[in-house]
Amino acid sequence: MIEMEKAGFGYHGGAELLSEMSLKLQSGMFHFLTGPSGSGKTTLLRLLYADLLPTSGRVTAFGADISTLSRDQIADLRRRVGVVHQDTQFLDHLPVAENIALPQSIAGEPVEMEGLRDLLGWVQLTHQARALPPSLSGGERQRAALARAVILSPDLVLADEPTGNLDWEMSMRLMQLLIELNKSGKTVLVATHDLNLIRATKAQVAARVLRISNGTLQLAGSDL
Amino acid sequence: MKRVDFRGLKLGTLWQSLLRGDGGTGDRIVPPTGFTAQLTVFSAAAMAFLAVFALALALATGRLAERWSSELAGSVTVRVSAPAAEQQARAQTVIGILDTTPGAGQPRLLDHDEIADLLAPWFGPDMPVDALPMPALIDLPVTGADFDAEGLRLRLEAEVPGAILDDHTEWRRPLVSAANRLRALGIFSLLLIAATSAAMITLAAKAALAANGQVIRVLRLIGTRDITIATAFVRRFTHRAAIGATGGTVLGMIAVALLPGMDAAGGFLTGLGFRGWGWLLPLLIPLTAAAVGFFATRWAALKMLEAVR
Repeated sequence: MIEMEKAGFGYHGGAELLSEMSLKLQSGMFHFLTGPSGSGKTTLLRLLYADLLPTSGRVTAFGADISTLSRDQIADLRRRVGVVHQDTQFLDHLPVAENIALPQSIAGEPVEMEGLRDLLGWVQLTHQARALPPSLSGGERQRAALARAVILSPDLVLADEPTGNLDWEMSMRLMQLLIELNKSGKTVLVATHDLNLIRATKAQVAARVLRISNGTLQLAGSDL
Repeated sequence: MKRVDFRGLKLGTLWQSLLRGDGGTGDRIVPPTGFTAQLTVFSAAAMAFLAVFALALALATGRLAERWSSELAGSVTVRVSAPAAEQQARAQTVIGILDTTPGAGQPRLLDHDEIADLLAPWFGPDMPVDALPMPALIDLPVTGADFDAEGLRLRLEAEVPGAILDDHTEWRRPLVSAANRLRALGIFSLLLIAATSAAMITLAAKAALAANGQVIRVLRLIGTRDITIATAFVRRFTHRAAIGATGGTVLGMIAVALLPGMDAAGGFLTGLGFRGWGWLLPLLIPLTAAAVGFFATRWAALKMLEAVR
């Protein structure tokens, strides 16, 4: 699916923030990526969906080196990878339902209203379908972002600190949706510095925890 | 970092996407804008209005240059200056020479009334022409391409003292030259208007793209291809340019149609406007404006998207 081989990255040609990163996401597995703030979790995720290109080593997505992909191929890659950010942005002039369906419509696929309604129901946003994104609460925004990330049924869902702005209850509600996705066969990678969240999630699903420390990637110990 | 490419933004692909109309999604991904959209439409209308006048000027001066050139080249004048007693005889000698000149039509000696009419604009109608030492004037139509003005001038000088051939070159050349320069000025104005329109639309498109930077980043994140994003902006600005230019062109054509006609105005500005099929030419202005909008926005979109992965 997605593989990093001794990949490194440094901003603006400077020293590498990440170096010698080797990672192979296991299909159908739930992964956590943890590490202190500023350790490079977001950078690593951006490498995975080709928002950044490695400055050393290589990142392979679905069999192709992302450094060789054209802009259209990168767009195609992103249709296979759903991404949720801590501060996910929407097109604020479009209703929530249309925002969620956007990946489908821009991919040229017909938007099935029944499927969209099911998705809205799954993330408990049916009542907000016609609302504009600025009127959503933090938890609703993240659930809408998750719905948008999965509408094309991607192989992989990446979530970058998705619960960063949410209280515990809302965080667990979102994690529950990610667990459900994983149980339906999707590969999930959640970047978070919240160890309690990782422990609570691991109580419900088998998860592989990766830790970034001093710019390198390690498999977390039994404490997690 | 890898250099980006724009293979997805081929002109043909963009044009097809523009014409296809993608059911509204493409347009809706860009937030609606109110005031700036109206400004673009207004600017396009103003430019088109000016373009109609520049086009009218170019066409009218073109016609003027041709008319002056052909009318004045169609005849020559021979002026015979001599003492009163000899003037009639010398004029007849000149007419005899003109009768045998290749490419020349029937020479005609102007009578006193005709000469008075010619002088009236300068001296007034009451001027006693008979009291003036007037030369005899002979009008000679040029009917053939083999007419040799220079040869005739030399022959007249040799055979009839005081006979001078005037082929109007001296004052025809600056007139035709002025008309041609006016035509060039009109064409240059059209090009200037097109360039200004392109600059204006590029600025507006760049501003719109910059203002929607966040929208573009969101779209890229969810897998939107550059062609889709560019098309949304290109379609919007092409439509605005075309709509504005159509309005401006129609107003310009109405204004030109309301200009005083040739009979009413007289003088230099007669015929400033369109004639016959020429009325169809301004219709090219909205098409040109749309093309300018298309290319200017495409260029701006390319530059903007280059900065967003």
